[in-house]
This record gives sequence, structure tokens and C-alpha cells, in this order.
Amino acid sequence: MAAKAENGAGKMTLQIKFFASLRESVGIETLTAEASSMKGLREQLQASLSSESAAVLYADGVQIAINQKLIAENWRCDDFEITPGAEVAFLPRVTGG
Amino acid sequence: MATRYIQVQESDFDFAAHYEAARKLGGTDAGAIAGFVGLVRDHNKIAGDGSEVRSLTLEHYPGMTESSIEAIVDEAESRWPLLVTRVIHRVGTLLPEDQIVLVLVASGHRDAAFAAAEFIMDYLKTRAIFWKREASAYGNQWIESTGHDLERSEKWRAQPS
Repeated sequence: MAAKAENGAGKMTLQIKFFASLRESVGIETLTAEASSMKGLREQLQASLSSESAAVLYADGVQIAINQKLIAENWRCDDFEITPGAEVAFLPRVTGG
Repeated sequence: MATRYIQVQESDFDFAAHYEAARKLGGTDAGAIAGFVGLVRDHNKIAGDGSEVRSLTLEHYPGMTESSIEAIVDEAESRWPLLVTRVIHRVGTLLPEDQIVLVLVASGHRDAAFAAAEFIMDYLKTRAIFWKREASAYGNQWIESTGHDLERSEKWRAQPS
């Protein structure tokens, strides 16, 4: 992993996206983070946003998508692993149709 | 071989043109085409007092939204023998009376066409990646998903194909 990080640290960076009501709650559309687990990501979100805003992202009904694949459950666990360089999107309950 | 057309777009759609396309693609095997169009109402959902909705804005997640609709159509095709499926969902700002969504399904028999169109609509409500925001006299508010929509979706999940 160390060698990989030397070769392209930028590729390890997570691209975080917030949609709809969550985007409005946190006040930004995207940010980047360096983390390989949910624990690390949560800590960075708490540092980058207000802890109140960060809490909204983990509320009931929120889902995340990793590289556009929906992760409905278990992603709130600290040891949930996040693919290096992934696009992580926080999605509120959908209301289409 | 089932053919499908899935589109997320800002522009309006022409129901008649899509019906004719579905009819042509269904050919002589198609015994039924079921069509559904969702429209923007002017009733305020949040206040629930019938106050006027000025506009509805739909947001999506480009790429993922299209895949979420593909997955819904995949499941519909696994449940019913469908010949043609066409789904168009609009995004952006819409006004009362505007068309939001089109679902057209052609099949050999009406049972499958009706059921699949209903299934696709129910899943579009609860599984497709869209968010609606209403602008009214109360300002801008994100619409919450309703228990009714979730119940309808659950009903299909409990019902094996």
C-alpha cells in the first residue's frame, strides 16, 4: 500500500458528493477525503463540516453509493471498508416518479 | 427479445410518438400496450391544505439514476414476458400540469402489461435516484417519501414473480 500511495496519492483520494436535502444541510456539493474506512471518513467529515451537519449524513433513511453502486445497509459501521479512490455519494430518501 | 428505451431528460416528451414506437417494436406479438404518464399537481403536499405549488424541481445523480432505472426494468422483465419497455423521467424545474414521467409497456397479454407498468411506477417512486423539491408560498421544501409509496413497493417485494 505504501508503494501505491507514493505512485499516486491522488488516486487514493475519495471524492465525496452530497445530494438534494443533504447537500443543502452540509452547504457544499463535493469534498475530498483521505480514508479507507467509515471511521476515518466520519472523522474527516466531522472536521470539515460542523458536527451537526455531519450527523445529518448518518441519519435514518440516508443511503450511500460507492462508485454509483447503492450500499443500503451496514455502511454506518466504523470498520466498513471504502475502496481507495472511490466516489462516495450521500443520498437522502428518494422521491421520484 | 425485449427492447427498452430509458431516458432522463429536461425536455418534454410526446406520448403519441412513444406509443407508436412501442407499437411498431412490439410487432405482431404484442397483444397489449399499457401506458402511464405522471403529471405535476398544484396541490401542496407538505402543507396539505391545497395551497398552490408554483413549481417542482427534480434532481438526479447522472449515471447512477439511469442505472437505477435499468435495474427496475431488468426486474420487470424477469417477472413478466415483456416485448417493449419505455421509461422517460424528466428532471429540472417543472410547472403544474407538466408531464414528469412516462412508462409504456408492450406485452402479449394485458395482465403482464398492466402489472409491469404498475410495478415500474411503484419502483420509480422508491428506488430510482431522484429527489423532488416543491416551491410554494411556504418557500422551497424537499418532498418526503410517503408511507403509501413504500407500502406499494413492499407489496411487490413480498410477491415473488
